[in-house]
Amino acid sequence: MRTNPISTLLSAAAILVAAQVAHASDITLVGAGGVLQDAERAVFFEPFAKQAGISFSEDSYAGEQAKIRAMVLSKNVTWDVIQLDHAEMIVGCDEGLYQKLDWPKIGNPEDFLPQAVQPCGVGAFAWSFVFAYDQDRIVDGPKNWVDFWDLKKWPGKRGMRASARLTLEAALLADGVKNEDLYKVLATDEGVTRAFKKLDEIKSQIVWWTTGAEPIERLAAGDVAVTTAFNGRVTTANQNGRHFALVWDGQMYGQDYWGIVSGSPHKDLAEKFIAFASQPEIQSKLPEKIAYGIMNKKAIAMVPPKAAEAMPTAPQNLKNAIPFDAAFWAENDADLTAKFEAWRAR
Amino acid sequence: MTIAPILLCAPLLVFLIVFFFAPLAVMLSYSVRNSEVPIVLPNLSKAIATWDGLGLPPASVFSALALDLKSNSDSMALGEAARRLDFEVPGYRALVFKTARRLQADQASTSGRDELTRIDARWANPRYWSALNRATASLTPAFFLAAFDLKMDDLGHITRVEEDRRVYLDTFLRTFQIGGTVTLLCLLLGYPIAFAITVLPRRFAAALTFSVILPFWTSLLVRTSAWIVVLSKDGVVNSFLTRLGVINEPLQLIFNRTGLYIVMVHILLPFMVLPIRSVMQGISPNYMKASASLGAHPFLGFFKVYLPLTLPGVGAGCLMTFIIAIGYYITPALVGGAGDNMISFFIAFHTNSVINWGMAAALGVVLLSAVLLIFGTFGRLLGLSRIVALK
Repeated sequence: MRTNPISTLLSAAAILVAAQVAHASDITLVGAGGVLQDAERAVFFEPFAKQAGISFSEDSYAGEQAKIRAMVLSKNVTWDVIQLDHAEMIVGCDEGLYQKLDWPKIGNPEDFLPQAVQPCGVGAFAWSFVFAYDQDRIVDGPKNWVDFWDLKKWPGKRGMRASARLTLEAALLADGVKNEDLYKVLATDEGVTRAFKKLDEIKSQIVWWTTGAEPIERLAAGDVAVTTAFNGRVTTANQNGRHFALVWDGQMYGQDYWGIVSGSPHKDLAEKFIAFASQPEIQSKLPEKIAYGIMNKKAIAMVPPKAAEAMPTAPQNLKNAIPFDAAFWAENDADLTAKFEAWRAR
Repeated sequence: MTIAPILLCAPLLVFLIVFFFAPLAVMLSYSVRNSEVPIVLPNLSKAIATWDGLGLPPASVFSALALDLKSNSDSMALGEAARRLDFEVPGYRALVFKTARRLQADQASTSGRDELTRIDARWANPRYWSALNRATASLTPAFFLAAFDLKMDDLGHITRVEEDRRVYLDTFLRTFQIGGTVTLLCLLLGYPIAFAITVLPRRFAAALTFSVILPFWTSLLVRTSAWIVVLSKDGVVNSFLTRLGVINEPLQLIFNRTGLYIVMVHILLPFMVLPIRSVMQGISPNYMKASASLGAHPFLGFFKVYLPLTLPGVGAGCLMTFIIAIGYYITPALVGGAGDNMISFFIAFHTNSVINWGMAAALGVVLLSAVLLIFGTFGRLLGLSRIVALK
């Protein structure tokens, strides 16, 4: 049989590239970048590599699902463990982007908070969506979502996430929707219109952010007066000398997950990593590095009291809190995102 | 004689065909392709072809869908089909997966109209079936229609999409408007610079050229981020102006249209200056001397003699700047204001985030056609060969 020289050459090149990738490290761990990934590296990645005697490489993921889809479709999966957003985990699990987990290998489901146990995901940490302002610039700042919208009393740009998720919720809360009705209202066309109408009030002042680090940088530079943000980043900035006020009233909390990309070449090691990262002794160290909540019930008691105070799940922070409804978003994301982008472009 | 140059170019040609033209053609074909649903739902696609499209389809179509969903084992392909349907009717994706899950869990072999409507009442709504009908046609106009904020309704008429979903027409207009403004600003700033480079002594001219080209050597992202530092409230410009006492309150120079113009002009200036300069350098100073000797005031000489001679450079510069400008998306997203996104943002958005390649391809085709049209028109006006410097 004669072989085509070009295809031989191409496959040789492909093998070379693949071999290099494969030899680079034993496992690829993918976080969300920035200070969060710094914390994950210190608490999970490095201790795991040390214990298992392996090397690892890192990447970060900001929701470009096309990349994962392409990897899985072309059967050239270079990511093993990935930190996932809840709604995205549900959708990806349906479509086979992430592997169904073998729970006995991970841990005892009873040890976790109920929402942490999912077919394709293990709860990694709990975040909270809040807003913040710089106390060096604003002394008596906004106290709730209604105040966030008050441009007269607190003039200046508003940092908001360029995503329908959480932004529409914030608008409805600012418009006086009760916590318990939030997703009922958002499920109706009138509710969606109402949210956009509310957003219209401050649209001229909005500065959009996409990565978690951006709102913090802009708040520090004074480019926004008030900004929505994930709580952990705000606390970290304060530990680094900033004086940002974090407003817990009306916080929306949810969780991110560890998942394994379908067709991961290091599935066993990936499972071992997730099992390692889910142990109470390991999880309990995360809040000291970044102020997110943890999902292993046994770990919660081990968190030092000072770090526990800044967690979204601390009782005083949960006083007026709303759980993020990932199932709602898994169903409605495409529709609301299309409307959100159309509104944003107007 | 002719074989040698072709052979010399062969590697490049092969490279271009394999890595540029072929992928481009494949990508563009997504704009009319409609294969997601037929691949996963073969029985349904066959059955639904016999339906007249009015009211609800016959029972055989229901059973075909149930059979396809029940026997599906490729969840990724099903995901693509479901997403294609979601593009027709919001919420369809979840409906498909819910129905497939229920059908697969159910051991009973009878599955038809009753079972589907019991799983979800939406299956009794003709809307979902006409969407299926549209999504199983061999080619689809849906993405091109959507690129112009149009859609095909359940009766097959072309109508405008709901007001809260209209986005692309405005975005195209904005894209061209921003591109035009940036080009004009680049021309106003770039023309004198190009002139200065031409007439200044060699040493200064080299320094000036260098400072114009310098931004070329920095990555786009780094340049854009650097501008955020320079232009922000506490940034270099604002603190300088405040210290001089020119302003009391810091100016909003970024995260609005002003910031976008500043940054884009800076990035695109070399594309304006370099072509103009190369044309100016070829203009003999004798022309201006001749016009002066014939009694023309330097201003008159400039407008009557020099300016027309530089027009090919101006045309090339404007064309290049404009075409590159309308393809921008990272810069508007990073330094623009709330409503400053350009069309490329949506192409990237549909490619990477929502994975609707049909939509991305259709928008790409429209943008590409616009570019070709502009190129062709300008080419006619100015002589294409002069622009691509083939003369």
